[in-house]
Amino acid sequence: MLYREAGQFKTNYAADVAVFPILQDRIGLAVILFIAAVIIPWFGSSFLIQAIMIPFLIFSLAAIGLNLLTGYTGLLSLGTGAFMGVGAYACYKLTTHFPNVNIIIWIAASGFFSAAIGVLFGLPSLRIKGFYLAVATLAAQFFLSWCFIRQPWFYNYNVSGAIEVPTRSLFGVPITGATATDTTRYFVVLGFVVVMTWAASNLVHGRIGRMWMAVRDMDLAAELTGIRLLPTKLLAFATSSFYCGVAGALLVFLWYGGAEPAVFDVNLSFFILFMVIIGGLGSLTGSFFGAALIFIMPIVLRYVPPKLGIPIHPATVEHIQYMVIGALIILFLIAEPAGLARLWQIGKQKLRVWPFPY
Amino acid sequence: MDLLYKIFVDPFLQMGTAPDLLVQTLWEGLVAGVLYSLIALGFVLIFKASGVFNFAQGIMVVFAALTLVGLHEHGVPAYLALALTIAVMFCLAFAVERLILRPLVNQPDIILFMATFGLTYFLIGFGELIFGGETKIMIANQLGLPRGAIDLKMAGGFVSIQKIDIAAAIIASLMVAGLAIFFQRTRIGRALRAVADSHRAALSVGISLEQIWVIVWFAAGLVALTTGIMWGARSDVSFALDVIALKALPVLILGGLTSIPGAIVGGLIIGVGEKLGEFYWGPLMGSGIESWFAYVIALIFLLFRPQGLFGERIIERI
Repeated sequence: MLYREAGQFKTNYAADVAVFPILQDRIGLAVILFIAAVIIPWFGSSFLIQAIMIPFLIFSLAAIGLNLLTGYTGLLSLGTGAFMGVGAYACYKLTTHFPNVNIIIWIAASGFFSAAIGVLFGLPSLRIKGFYLAVATLAAQFFLSWCFIRQPWFYNYNVSGAIEVPTRSLFGVPITGATATDTTRYFVVLGFVVVMTWAASNLVHGRIGRMWMAVRDMDLAAELTGIRLLPTKLLAFATSSFYCGVAGALLVFLWYGGAEPAVFDVNLSFFILFMVIIGGLGSLTGSFFGAALIFIMPIVLRYVPPKLGIPIHPATVEHIQYMVIGALIILFLIAEPAGLARLWQIGKQKLRVWPFPY
Repeated sequence: MDLLYKIFVDPFLQMGTAPDLLVQTLWEGLVAGVLYSLIALGFVLIFKASGVFNFAQGIMVVFAALTLVGLHEHGVPAYLALALTIAVMFCLAFAVERLILRPLVNQPDIILFMATFGLTYFLIGFGELIFGGETKIMIANQLGLPRGAIDLKMAGGFVSIQKIDIAAAIIASLMVAGLAIFFQRTRIGRALRAVADSHRAALSVGISLEQIWVIVWFAAGLVALTTGIMWGARSDVSFALDVIALKALPVLILGGLTSIPGAIVGGLIIGVGEKLGEFYWGPLMGSGIESWFAYVIALIFLLFRPQGLFGERIIERI
């Protein structure tokens, strides 16, 4: 009843190719943005903003980055964690060398460093594909992790080997470092995520996105129709790494406030890949769903049993958590291999025809 | 110029002046390579028969070793514990087929790959829940494995060889030979090769895919158990061992995902290359290059042969 497009006529071509052709979708998006930008910062508790919303948004951004590569271009990558690390370390080096330049600029710029590294490690993708490529990207993961641990230049020859985020302000309000409030950091992260999601949406709906999808569906056929494979694949690697790099910089500068090299190990890559697969390959909405599920599930598992009065030893909780996550991943894959985004699609279709079955 | 000298000349001079060290390094590389080969073998068996890139192979190694040691700790005699562990691996194979592979049949490769990730997490949690997360010592003595070292006089010095390494090499060769005979000479082996060639053709001549998958996962489980015992006897049994699964991946792409000889040769190349690289070139770049050196070797090979050394030629049609 509520979700029905009857009577919404498209009178020009632009309306027909719009990203959100249905009025209810546009209203829904506006409501979500309103909740994210007004309701949550006003009424949300510090725990909600700091421990859930900020990391959720950052991981969504990383998942979008990986989704552009794996979901849209069909290139399986296990180096996401390292590309995020490149972004974080690039931002750190830049802001410690040039402290006067605005941190927002450096966070955005760190994405370009990550993109360059991504292109470099994406070069083998022309020769090899599938699981062979996945293992090749693991080379990037391990090599870069090693660099962050063993090459002191990256962390400015600190004794601790970790990076500390300095305080940087925007218009006199500190947005990174210890003095920044949760709400300010939340707004910065939200700004980045909204702008970059909008950009990604435009990319995948345009010519470039279509080229990527053609390569994904069959690269030989795509080549025959005149798509040059090398630039297309490398562009996918560059864009994906750019998103991951910015997400990595945000992760360290606006959430952790400092980082050990171990943060960017191979587990982070797998973590992001889970989000993409569970959320839905080739869907931007899915990236958000996947990030929400994979990130919030462990938190729920940690906090809910004690609230219900079930006494469990913390170590046991962790073991059970592993088991539950493993089992849930398998269950989700069996229930809906196309991911949560597909479930969302099905739900919308059902709503459209409700109360009739079809 | 100095750097070039250090990279291209100096290491070889060192090898020439101290041949015993070279032999020692080579031997250690070969031994590490045997273990990599064994893990890669488990991967290849499953990939050939079911097309699943089984990420859980590494954790299966840990799980098998942990079950064996855990049972022994609870007072089960060593050989009975071994038999029970084999039974557990069979149950695991059966459960995997029934609960994961069967519902996910005909899904894209990446979905099955993800499912083995789920399996990995599940086994980590399950193993720690039952046997505890602490490090354990492999019951090598009770299983009759030799210990101690032999010092061989050769190449103008001494080369020290651990007996357990010799045993590992022998057992690994026996197992590979056994698998080869099983594949070539038995009815089930023939069915396995048929499934590896084409699932549909195998189905159409009446081969039961379900049965084959259980057998293959069980075989991979046995390989995992052997690997676990050997690796556990060299170091301890803990969940940190699952990183060796990541070490086996370059071996796989080097040898080709579908080739058993490839897994063995690839394992040895990676093992030797890694140890030589760490020993002779490592100090130049700061230590710890073992973590990525194998991947670089594999990448270089891949640039020339995208299907790996022994992989089937990739033919694409539109």
